[in-house]
Amino acid sequence: MNRTSSETMTARPDDFDPDKPLPADWRQLLRSMLCIRCFEDQVKALFGSGLVRGSTHLCQGQEAVSVGVCSLLTPGDAMTCTYRGHGHVLAAGAAMDASFAEILGREGGLCKGKGGSMHLADFEKGIIGSNAVVGAQLPISVGAGLAAKHKRTGKVSLAFTGDGSTNIGAFHEAMNLAAVWRLPVVVVVENNHYGEYSPLAATTSVTSLSSRAAAYGIPGVLVDGNDLLAVRKVAEEAISRARADEGPTLIEADTYRHEGHSRSDPAKYRPDGELELWLARDPIPRFEAVVRAAGAATSQDLELLRDAVDTEVKSALERAKSWPEPPVERLYEDVYR
Amino acid sequence: MTAELTCREAIAQAIADELAADPDVIFFGEDVAAAGGVFKSSVGLFERFGPERVRDTPISEQAIVGTAIGAAMMGLRPIAEIMFADFAGVCFDQLANQLAKYRYLTGGQACLPVTVRMANGAGAGFAAQHSQATENWFLGVPGLKIAVPGTVEDCYGLLRAAVRDDNPVLVFEHKNLLGLKGFVKEGPYRLGEACVVRRGGDVTVVATQQMRHRALEAAQLLTREGIETEVIDPRTLVPFDDQAVAESLAKTARLLVVQEGPPGGGWGASLIARMTSDHFDCFDVAPKLLASAETPVPYAAALEQAWMPRCQDVVGAARELVTA
Repeated sequence: MNRTSSETMTARPDDFDPDKPLPADWRQLLRSMLCIRCFEDQVKALFGSGLVRGSTHLCQGQEAVSVGVCSLLTPGDAMTCTYRGHGHVLAAGAAMDASFAEILGREGGLCKGKGGSMHLADFEKGIIGSNAVVGAQLPISVGAGLAAKHKRTGKVSLAFTGDGSTNIGAFHEAMNLAAVWRLPVVVVVENNHYGEYSPLAATTSVTSLSSRAAAYGIPGVLVDGNDLLAVRKVAEEAISRARADEGPTLIEADTYRHEGHSRSDPAKYRPDGELELWLARDPIPRFEAVVRAAGAATSQDLELLRDAVDTEVKSALERAKSWPEPPVERLYEDVYR
Repeated sequence: MTAELTCREAIAQAIADELAADPDVIFFGEDVAAAGGVFKSSVGLFERFGPERVRDTPISEQAIVGTAIGAAMMGLRPIAEIMFADFAGVCFDQLANQLAKYRYLTGGQACLPVTVRMANGAGAGFAAQHSQATENWFLGVPGLKIAVPGTVEDCYGLLRAAVRDDNPVLVFEHKNLLGLKGFVKEGPYRLGEACVVRRGGDVTVVATQQMRHRALEAAQLLTREGIETEVIDPRTLVPFDDQAVAESLAKTARLLVVQEGPPGGGWGASLIARMTSDHFDCFDVAPKLLASAETPVPYAAALEQAWMPRCQDVVGAARELVTA
C-alpha cells in the first residue's frame, strides 16, 4: 500500500483529545479509508496495464473527507459526488467488486458498465450519482433536498464537490436555491488546491471557499479535511441542521490529492516539497496515530487490519475481472423506461 | 371538459389536474406561482395548491432543471418551466448531459419522470433570443421525449401524458398559439401518435404548431384548385409516428414537410431522410422541405413574417409537388 508509515507519525496535539473517547465505529472508519486507498492504488495499476478505458481521477489523500461525512448517512439520504468519486461511493457503501467492475466496463458493474469511472452510482445505497461535469451534481442535489423536504422525511441531501466547481454557474445557482428554499442540503467542497492543472490562486478570487457561504446567507465552515474526526464533527452539525429543517450548510474541507488530476497528469506543476508536506498530513496514518494514542489498538493490530483490507480489495478486483463484458444487446437498453 | 378554453387555460388546467391527482407532482419555474406565469399559463394554481407545490424560482435555469432531476430521482414527479425555449441554452448541460443521460449512465437505476415546459416559436416580435423554435436542438440527444402541441386539445392532453410518463419529456408550447381556442378531450392521452388533421389524396403535408394551422389554411385554398391535401401533425417528435406519415404517403406519393426553424439538422430533414430511405418506392416526386430562412429570427414584422413559411408558401410548394 502506497502510504506513509504510521510508525513515523504521531498524533497531532489537536487530533487527539484524551477527554473524548474514540467513536465506537473507529475501526469501521479506518477500514473504510484503507479500502479506498487500496482501491485507488489498484485502479492506478489497472490503468497502467491498459485495462481501463478513457480517464480516471484518483482520490488518494482525500479519504478522511468522504469517510468522515458518509459515515453519518442513513438509509433514505441521498449523496452525489464528482468524477473523483470512487472514494465517496465506497464510503457510502457501494460494493467494491461492483465498483471495480464498473471501472472495468463489466456487465456486473454498478451501472452495468454503461458509466465507467466517472459515473459510479448505487441508488439502493442512496448514491444517486457521480457527475462528470463540474458542478452539475449540485442542482441535482438541491432537487433531492426538495424531495426530502416536500415528503417531510427528515432525510438529508449531501453533495461533494471540488474547489474548481465553486467558479461554475451551477454552484451559485444551486447554493442560492437551496438557501432560499431552506432545503436539507449539505455541500462539502473538497479543496485540494488544484482545479484540474491550475492552482486555486490562479483561478479564484478568494482563498477561503467557505466564506462564499456568506453570499447565500448560510453557514460556511472550514475544516481540516485530513482530520477524520474533525470532518465528522462539522458534518454532524451540518447534517443535524439539515434534518431539523434549518437549511443548507457549506463545508470547506482542506485536503490534497496525492496523484495528478487524471491519469494523463503527472502533476509537474506542483512546487517542490508540496506533496511531501501533505504526505506528512496523510489522513490515514494520522487517524491510526489517534487510535494508538487512545490505546484502542496496537501497531500490530493496525498492521493486521491493513493486511486484511489489502486481501479483501484484491479479491474484489479478481472477482470483477472474472465477470463478463456486457453483451452488445445491452447497447439499446436503459435509454427510456 | 365541455367549456371552450384557450391553449394557456388548457395548460393551466392540465397542471391543475395533475397536481390534484397526484401528491408527488410539484410545479416550479420563474414567476409561475404568485404572478401566474409570464404567459398567464399557470393562473390560479398557486392560490389553489399553495406555495409548497407551486413554487417561484430564482432566474436560475440550471438550478430549475437540476432540481427537477434530483427531485424526480427521489420520488417526485416535477413539472419545471423554462420561460422561453431559447433559455434552454442557459441550461443545456442539465437538459442534454444530465436529464437525457442519467438513466443510461446509471444502467437504468434512475427513473426520471420530469416534464420541462417551454414557450416556443416566432411571430410575436420578440427578436432572435426569444423567438426560436428550439425543439430541433434536442433531436440528436437520445433520452428525451419531445412534444410539440399545436391545439388546445394537445396542449392539455400531451402535457398530461408528459407528466404521467416515467421519462423526461420536453413540452414546447407555441407562444403564438396560447390564445387559440378549442376544447380539451377525454383521455387516454398518449405520446407518439400523430393526428391526421385533414384527409386528402393528392399530397401529404406534415407540420407542427403554428405551421400546422398554416398548412390547414393552405389546404383549404388548394381545394379551389382541385388539389386535396392530407395534413398530418405528428404532435411528438420523439417518439415520431412514422407509420402515420408512411400510410399517407402510400396514398398521395407526395410529401411536403413544413417546419418553423432553419432547415439544417431539424425534424423535417430527418423525417424526409427516413421516408426516402424506408419508403422510396412510394414517391412519385422528390419530397420537399419548406423551412425558415437560415438566419436568426428578425424583429421587424415584415422581416419576421418573411422569415418563416407563410400560407402562400405552403400553397406554392404543394402545388409544385402535385403538378411536377
